[in-house]
Amino acid sequence: MDTNILIEKREIMYRDALNEALKEEMARDDKVFIMGEGIAERGGSYKVTVGLLEQFGGKRVFDTPLSENGFTGAGIGAALTGMRPVVEILFIDFTMLILDQIVNQAAKFRFMSGNTARVPLVLRTQGGVGNGLAAQHSQSLEALFYHIPGLKLVMPSTPYDAKGLLKAAIRCDDPVIFIEHKLLYMNKGEVPEEEYIIPLGKADIKKDGSDLTIIAWSGMVPKVMEAVKILDGEGISAEIVDLRSLVPLDKMTIINSVKKTEHVLIVQEAVRRGGVGSDISSIIQEEAFDYLDSPVKILGGLNVPCPFNLNLEKLVIPQTDDIVRASKEAVYNK
Amino acid sequence: MKKNTRDFLVSLYTTMYKIRNFEEQAIKLYRDGYIRGYFHPYLGEEAIATGVCAAMDRKDYITSTHRGHGHCLAWGADLKIMFAELLGRENGFCKGLGGSMHIADYTKNNLGANGIVGSGAPLAVGAALGISIRKERQMVSSFVSDGSTCNGSFLESLNLASAWKLPLLFVIENNQYAVSTRIEDSTGEPELYKRGAGFGVESIRLDGNDVLEVYNTAKLYVKRCKNGEGPFLMECLTFRKSGHHVNDPGLYLPKEKVDHYKLHDPLLIGKKHLTELAGLSGKDILEIENMVMAEIKDAIDFAIKSPEMSEENFLKFVEEY
Repeated sequence: MDTNILIEKREIMYRDALNEALKEEMARDDKVFIMGEGIAERGGSYKVTVGLLEQFGGKRVFDTPLSENGFTGAGIGAALTGMRPVVEILFIDFTMLILDQIVNQAAKFRFMSGNTARVPLVLRTQGGVGNGLAAQHSQSLEALFYHIPGLKLVMPSTPYDAKGLLKAAIRCDDPVIFIEHKLLYMNKGEVPEEEYIIPLGKADIKKDGSDLTIIAWSGMVPKVMEAVKILDGEGISAEIVDLRSLVPLDKMTIINSVKKTEHVLIVQEAVRRGGVGSDISSIIQEEAFDYLDSPVKILGGLNVPCPFNLNLEKLVIPQTDDIVRASKEAVYNK
Repeated sequence: MKKNTRDFLVSLYTTMYKIRNFEEQAIKLYRDGYIRGYFHPYLGEEAIATGVCAAMDRKDYITSTHRGHGHCLAWGADLKIMFAELLGRENGFCKGLGGSMHIADYTKNNLGANGIVGSGAPLAVGAALGISIRKERQMVSSFVSDGSTCNGSFLESLNLASAWKLPLLFVIENNQYAVSTRIEDSTGEPELYKRGAGFGVESIRLDGNDVLEVYNTAKLYVKRCKNGEGPFLMECLTFRKSGHHVNDPGLYLPKEKVDHYKLHDPLLIGKKHLTELAGLSGKDILEIENMVMAEIKDAIDFAIKSPEMSEENFLKFVEEY
């Protein structure tokens, strides 16, 4: 008998994986509730919250007015008083409206209270370039949150990671900024039926390699995977480190990979200036300088707002060809 | 006069007197270099925190402001731990990491002072939202300043609380000045309680220096919040007796207003309640005051002798960041 038929692997979409995580955590803990714009009856702009209203009722799944700062603060207040809210901000661009509540409030309470307060809040949002959404709906703003002590920061690239990390985020007692990518929602990937959790702060080697370490996260990971296939054909064996969590950052996995390959390319969709890539680069040079055979290379977005025109939009963020070219430059020190 | 009414009036006066003298003594400690940073006195506004907190149960919640000492003390904070925090000591409410602007006691449902004007209101909405989801018989009072009523956070909170019918009482402490700017110069509608109507929130304006008037109004709204009729808003008219913070002499405060409120002081009004309604003599009142002063003196001694967090303990504390 062919055992492959019996252990057929289940593949689901990124958005469905997130949906499963929410359902499982809401069923497990009645303190978990979700709110956001159009997330209840409509099921969310990207269909992540479909079916939750029917299953858990309007007290735990409800729409908010367009008062991002107000309802994010409400999430924080609820978290301070024993609830475990999941607040959705429709676009990461709109998180600019809630910075006071995230930076001055959520990130500070545990510290300022001498550990008597905890803020178990998950802020789900989505970022990145989509298809012609222009400058106010296409940004990658993770560096802003990365900069703030007191926040965790998670950016999954696959359905498997999305589910396991969202469950961990909901169980975390600190505020977690959970950034999805708008082009990943329809991507399919293997997700087991049985329950699992991925701890925050663990990077994942998406592919082993020996010549080059490529560090990426979120929407850049699928592009790096494509590029690596091309590089393989050209005799360059690249290792892909998908960070998954930016805070906490899995330094050990990064440094171990660098020690093995001695060449590093960091790929970020966000604009190059002041990005997370720059910080990771400095960490590598501080902690593994003697292992490097060439300078750490960063491939980032251009330092410009995102254009509406589709051809120009492609130009401003790294594409597969750019990653292939930058990989060769990193390996051959050009 | 029933004994419990008399005891109640005494407790109101005791709380107000405690807040007043806590701050006056703390200001001396500030001048002597024991306290650093920002210190926003609540002098002249004591009746509001006292009246509202007296009307609530301790399983309810409060959110406070940058001018928050009065709310903490009225809620029941221990004087020793309060002074210790103001002096930045490890046995303060926040281990000396919060200070005057961030004193909170989450273990006792005091969600704390807040250094960002207006930002406490959304937190209060959240606490009330949690109550509503859990279907518990609790409510939240959110103390907010007149300055914050010109801020989007407050207005969004008013709307959210109303849209979701939350058990939340907004308490505007209208001391008439946002730092140094008169409320008349800050808004086209300086009768701040009228902001409630625009969001469908039943609202009232009252004399915030009369502790009984504050208490009686709050008592009614607290009950109605718990009956599911919230939210409500009460604008308590008051006056900041001093500058915005201890290093602001408040020279912009007009003399006639200062003089008026010297006679309309919450402690004088409280004293009048004690003599006229509770039949206390001047000697009785002096006894109460002496007791409070002795407690304050002990608390200051405690705080001054308390240790600060060591560098080693701090680095351990922040290991996870």
